[in-house]
Amino acid sequence: MLYREAGQFKASYAADQAIFPILQDRIGAIAILAVAFLVVPFAANEYWLRTILTPFLIYALASIGLNLLTGYAGLVSLGTGGFMAVGAFTAYNLAIRIPGLNVVVVFLLAGLVAACVGILFGLPSLRIKGFYLAVATLAAQFFLEWLFSHVPWFTNDSSSGVISSPEIVMFGFRFSGPVSRYLLTLTIVAVLALLAKNLVRGNIGRSWMAIRDMDIAAEIIGIRPLRTKLLAFAVSSFYIGIAGALWAFVYLGSVDPSAFDLDRSFQVLFMVIIGGLGSILGSFLGAAFILLLPILLSNLPELFGVHIGTAAGTNLEFVVFGTLIVFFLIVEPHGLARLWQIGKEKLRLWPFPH
Amino acid sequence: MEFFFEVLIGGLLSGVMYSLVALGFVLIFKASGVFNFAQGAMVLFAALTFVGLLEHGFAIWAAAIATIVTMVVLAIVVERLVLRPLVNQEQIIMFMATIGIAYFLNGIGQAMWGADVHPLMLGIPQGPVDVLGIQIDKFDLIAAAVAGSLVAGLAFFFQKTRIGRALRAVADDHQAAMSVGIPLKQIWVIVWTAAGIVAFVAGIMWGSNLGVQFSVALVALKALPVLILGGFTSIPGAIVGGLLVGAGEKLSEVFLGPFVGGGIETWFAYMLAMLFLMVRPQGLFGERIIERV
Amino acid sequence: MVDAALDHAAPPRRIGQVLLKVDNITLSFGGVRALSGVSLEIREHEIFAIIGPNGAGKSSMLNVINGFYHPQQGTITYKGVTRGDMRPYDAARQGIARTFQNIALFKGMSTLDNIMTGRLLKMRSDLLTQALYWGPAERQEIEHRRAVERIIDFLQIEAIRKVPVGKLPYGLQKRVELARALAAEPDLLLLDEPMAGMNIEEKQDMCRFVLDVNDEFGTTIALIEHDMGVVMDISDRVVVLDYGRKIADGTPDRVRNDPKVIEAYLGLAH
Repeated sequence: MLYREAGQFKASYAADQAIFPILQDRIGAIAILAVAFLVVPFAANEYWLRTILTPFLIYALASIGLNLLTGYAGLVSLGTGGFMAVGAFTAYNLAIRIPGLNVVVVFLLAGLVAACVGILFGLPSLRIKGFYLAVATLAAQFFLEWLFSHVPWFTNDSSSGVISSPEIVMFGFRFSGPVSRYLLTLTIVAVLALLAKNLVRGNIGRSWMAIRDMDIAAEIIGIRPLRTKLLAFAVSSFYIGIAGALWAFVYLGSVDPSAFDLDRSFQVLFMVIIGGLGSILGSFLGAAFILLLPILLSNLPELFGVHIGTAAGTNLEFVVFGTLIVFFLIVEPHGLARLWQIGKEKLRLWPFPH
Repeated sequence: MEFFFEVLIGGLLSGVMYSLVALGFVLIFKASGVFNFAQGAMVLFAALTFVGLLEHGFAIWAAAIATIVTMVVLAIVVERLVLRPLVNQEQIIMFMATIGIAYFLNGIGQAMWGADVHPLMLGIPQGPVDVLGIQIDKFDLIAAAVAGSLVAGLAFFFQKTRIGRALRAVADDHQAAMSVGIPLKQIWVIVWTAAGIVAFVAGIMWGSNLGVQFSVALVALKALPVLILGGFTSIPGAIVGGLLVGAGEKLSEVFLGPFVGGGIETWFAYMLAMLFLMVRPQGLFGERIIERV
Repeated sequence: MVDAALDHAAPPRRIGQVLLKVDNITLSFGGVRALSGVSLEIREHEIFAIIGPNGAGKSSMLNVINGFYHPQQGTITYKGVTRGDMRPYDAARQGIARTFQNIALFKGMSTLDNIMTGRLLKMRSDLLTQALYWGPAERQEIEHRRAVERIIDFLQIEAIRKVPVGKLPYGLQKRVELARALAAEPDLLLLDEPMAGMNIEEKQDMCRFVLDVNDEFGTTIALIEHDMGVVMDISDRVVVLDYGRKIADGTPDRVRNDPKVIEAYLGLAH
């Protein structure tokens, strides 16, 4: 009942194609944005900002990137970690070697470099698809991981291999506290999410989905498969690269190649699968879910009075993740996003039974 | 020159170990078209179970049988809970489901048997032996012999037996196989059991060599380039691919590694595979993938 | 695209020059000869049928015209230009659109989105304008949405606009596929068994649509069809293939009475 669409007629194609065609959705989205920008900075404590909200945003950004590639264009990638590393190390080197460079420029350039690397490793998609392509992305993952840990130039010849990230400066303002960093991340992620949404509801999104659904047939309407796939790799890596740069600069405070290993790639892939393949909203939901799950898992047994050590905790995580992946693939391949949609449809009638 | 041969032979023989893991992949792919990302986890799981039982005082033969039974149970569970519900989905979904299985197995295995390194003492002879002036490890020779007999056995099984034919039919076309009365579900259980047994053998060999530990599952990822080189549907291809990967890795690490700070082994195989994918996607022995509209 | 107001029961329409000329095409796959020395001509604005028993090579012929298969021998002259091997997207760019026997729709997308993909070649899709949706990209999207809605109206599929095509029944999927092909405003439309698997009413609807398309938009149509009644009713000319060879060519009446055609269908000589 609350969610009735009755009376909401679209009088123009523009209204029909809006991001939030239903009024209640639009109100909800604006409310969430308002809370995120105006309320959270004052209400949330440092722990929440530092370890939950900011990483959530960064993960969401990486998930959007991977979702564009895997969910919309159908190209499975296990190289997310590697591309995040590219973004992180590019940003680091730019900031160190060109001091005073505007942080937005740094991030943009990091994204662009990651996009170029993405195109390079996307070239095999001309000849191969499915899990064959996934193996090629594994090559990217392992090679990039090795590159950043073995070539000293990237780490500015530091002896320990781990370097701390430089300060974030924009127009003379230092982003040093958790609140300012949170707001910076929020702005970047919000803008990029909006751009991604625009891409997927237009021609580029349709071309990607055509490639995903039947790339042979896509050719007959004039889509050039290689170009479309490489564009997907480029845009996806751009997003993932910026996520990596944010990860190093804003979250970790250090640029560490082991933060971008194969596990990270799997983590983001899980977010995309559980959140919903082919859904921008799903990227956010999946990121939240995977981020909060370990916290839940470590606290839940305590609630039942059962103590489990850290090793057992990790094992439990593995088991639960594995089960959830299989569960979602069987029950709802479109993930939480679809469950959300179904929930909204039920809201049309609730609280009435029919 | 001798050094080169030693490295080469060492690489070839370590490649045989990769092949053992790759064989399991080929089995499942050949018979169900599913790319089983969890094969490595199965190797680890089998090895952990075996070692765990041994440490609890089981005799070798009892532990072996118990492990095989466990793998059969695993195959049945996987077929029932994962394969059957996903039977009509595309390959990519099945692939991602096997990633889920891999995580699950890793978690369960470690929860049951702990995460420490378990040394596996089976009395397999180790130590070098002199062949034509080159030092070769006895263990590696035995591994090669094991792999060779496994390949021969599997090839015979696929070509000559009734079940083997049924498996090939299922790989070609599920619907058609069902329509001639081949029981799909049983076939899948058989295949996954066979892969489980292959995983067990691989687990024994790897475990004896390295000790049974988590990195075994990661090493199994190396099997992917092996498959790409050899062809996903070819049993002899798994061997050849393994040899190429093993030799290539070792040679590049020893001769090229010093120039770039070492560690080439982590990615050499994948890069090689990627190049292969551009040039010959079906691998050396695989079937060409033809798509019809 | 000239609008010719004609009575459906009385062809001929204003049939023009030769649009597509296929000369001596031979196509083999490994040891199998799909087509042997087939030549045919399709004229502008006509409805041209390709018929023959199963396995005769009809779909292969369309695939050759479309650029999916490249013949080992022979030439294809389209709009006066003899072309070399081309990819399907080049064929699309030149105004050739196509439907498939087994329906090649994008199952994950809605009807509307599927048809919109047909407009792709008419739209600009550079990254920046698409990302900053509001402005030129939005205007373009709306303009082409209008064109697509006209086609949806024409084929009477308004009610299923937002339904994912994977959920539609077979007959409607075929209609959506036709809509997608039409969205490209093609000069040459290749239809591969557009009426397969349909009941009488659906067939009548489809026939009417095909004829309307030819009438209203002047689109040249080449179709493969098994239903003889349909073929005889709506085609201007027919070509008959059997085992990859052309065995007859001409108006429906002439072909119907050709002894070689009768033999091929009844299988006397095989």
